[in-house]
Amino acid sequence: MKNNMKKFLLFVSILASVLPIFAIANEEVALDKAPIDSSNKESLQRGARTFVNYCLNCHSASYMRYNRLMDIGLTEKQIKDNLLFAADKVGDPMKSTMDKKEAKGWLGVAPPDLSVEVRARGVDWIYSYMRSFYRDNTRPTGWNNVVYDKVAMPHVFWQLQGEQAFDHETHKLTLVKAGTLSVKDYDSLVANLVNYMAFMAEPAKAKRQHMGWFVLLFLGALLVLTYKLKKEFWKDIK
Amino acid sequence: MANLDLSKKATALLGWVDDRFPLTSNIKTHLTEYYAPKNFNFWYYFGALALLVLVMQILTGIFLTMNYKPDADLAFASVEYIMRDVTGGWLIRYMHSTGASMFFVVIYLHMFRGVIYGSYRTPRELIWLFGVGIFLVLMGEAFFGYLLPWGQMSYWGAQVIVNLFSSIPFIGPDVSEWLRGDYLISDATLNRFFAFHVIALPLVLLGLVVSHLIALHEVGSNNPDGVEIKKNKDPVTHVPLDGIPFHPYYTVKDLVGVSVFLIVFSAIIFFAPEMGGYFLEANNFVPADSLKTPAHIAPVWYFTPYYSILRAVPPILNSQFPGVAAMGLSVMVFALLPWLDKGKVKSIRYRGALYKKWLAAFIVSFLILGYLGTVPSTVWGQFGSWLSGADRATVIARIFTVVYFSFFIFMPLYTKRDKTKAVPERVVY
Repeated sequence: MKNNMKKFLLFVSILASVLPIFAIANEEVALDKAPIDSSNKESLQRGARTFVNYCLNCHSASYMRYNRLMDIGLTEKQIKDNLLFAADKVGDPMKSTMDKKEAKGWLGVAPPDLSVEVRARGVDWIYSYMRSFYRDNTRPTGWNNVVYDKVAMPHVFWQLQGEQAFDHETHKLTLVKAGTLSVKDYDSLVANLVNYMAFMAEPAKAKRQHMGWFVLLFLGALLVLTYKLKKEFWKDIK
Repeated sequence: MANLDLSKKATALLGWVDDRFPLTSNIKTHLTEYYAPKNFNFWYYFGALALLVLVMQILTGIFLTMNYKPDADLAFASVEYIMRDVTGGWLIRYMHSTGASMFFVVIYLHMFRGVIYGSYRTPRELIWLFGVGIFLVLMGEAFFGYLLPWGQMSYWGAQVIVNLFSSIPFIGPDVSEWLRGDYLISDATLNRFFAFHVIALPLVLLGLVVSHLIALHEVGSNNPDGVEIKKNKDPVTHVPLDGIPFHPYYTVKDLVGVSVFLIVFSAIIFFAPEMGGYFLEANNFVPADSLKTPAHIAPVWYFTPYYSILRAVPPILNSQFPGVAAMGLSVMVFALLPWLDKGKVKSIRYRGALYKKWLAAFIVSFLILGYLGTVPSTVWGQFGSWLSGADRATVIARIFTVVYFSFFIFMPLYTKRDKTKAVPERVVY
């Protein structure tokens, strides 16, 4: 009977592994993998600075409090002196000062809250998106995006990245006007930003994974004990 | 004072209680003198594990309720508040969200055990019916709970399911409006779903679980051989020869199962709480928006086999009702198993090849329908013009829907014709 069960489990696992192969990838745009490292505090802090200086002008991250940035190695004083423009207290949430109704009038849609954007879209999507803006004079803002066609958001980093053009035939982006940053530096600016946004989407993640090892270690020990206990009791059963 | 006999004092207190409440006799009936067959195998862990998950869902649910706000304007933010500002809130929330999926994992394995060893057969029909009731209530509980985070998938999932009721002839539209309490999913819906999720259904669920256990302890447990252990009793003690006291033997054995389960459970909670989008869907991190329909609405994985059946059945006379009815039937049909199975033996160990083939076909269709329910029906492309360009996935889902129901419809015939093997007198251990 044990053998039958093994056969069954094998059968189920084969089926489970084969099924998704049939799925035809219907992703229209190939996303670039975001080169991020959640343990790199410097990258997280740089990302936080970019987020506060650029994104927070229009987007809120209203579930994220400024003092949570202490988790990525900043002191309360550093936060107050360098990042606290749109709020008074370090315990305040990151709210944009832009009025939602006005924003909707200007851009067509109110900029969404970005607190958990990474959990909705994934890091690769945001990393690719922020690097895929191109000039398109048919759009009201003058910008379009390969990853998100007809996006309402203009290219906020255009001075840093420069201007790209999109060839609809070859589906390739080319830099036509250089910005203040080199391509490499711009990519790392976006990577740091995405790294920070991933942290912001789930600030407890590092703690969760750290704690997880201890929990598993404890349960492993518990399993050894309960198994021995079971053996001890069951040796009478013949 | 030196002669104080503590054990006697405890007995005296117990005696006092026993005169007023059947404490000792209940402990005996349900634990120390409940004789379970000694040959339980791997599949017999899942009943106890289901009970564990139930308790865990209730406890984490209580703590979530302390901080959650059932208000369309506040619900989404209150979940993020739990994830960030409540001490240990993220752990409680992940335990609850993972617990919901693991509840179905455990229950499906528990039901499968019942099917392969014929645990629904006489005299255990009522245990099975209570169990089907538990399964139905659990589905309701999961459905109502899924609206509470108020994300896009919560909202549109509820919209789709409630709209199913509007396909019922004549009374449909009124029924779905009555369920929602509004013309669309709204704050009123969220409030009533909250009430159902935290009090109404849990009460029913607990009642059914207690009934399930009382009925089980009345007739005794089945086992992998499908042999009635009560037929072979010790002539003096009247204890079944192949039975062992549930406590301590199965309590210590279940502790091993609990340890393994908790390792799997914790690995998910601490390292993959979203489980690749199957336990927590990416789209549910976008707040509900009644004006923005997501491109692809898929139910959570545990509903997908039935959802596939719903999609597979074509509308008749412009009515979606046949699909809805088929979906309802695909769940309810489990209740008929005790009367559909005419086999001479209970356990798959002594069934013939015919039954095993049918069961294998059922498992394959359940899994394939389950997979297809998670993806758009265009996933496998289209057939050529010879089948007027029909979606491959839809046609395949139709075939497996037929197989799914055939397993039940033809059960009386193939279980009767099946060439079974001889069942031993005593259990194999």
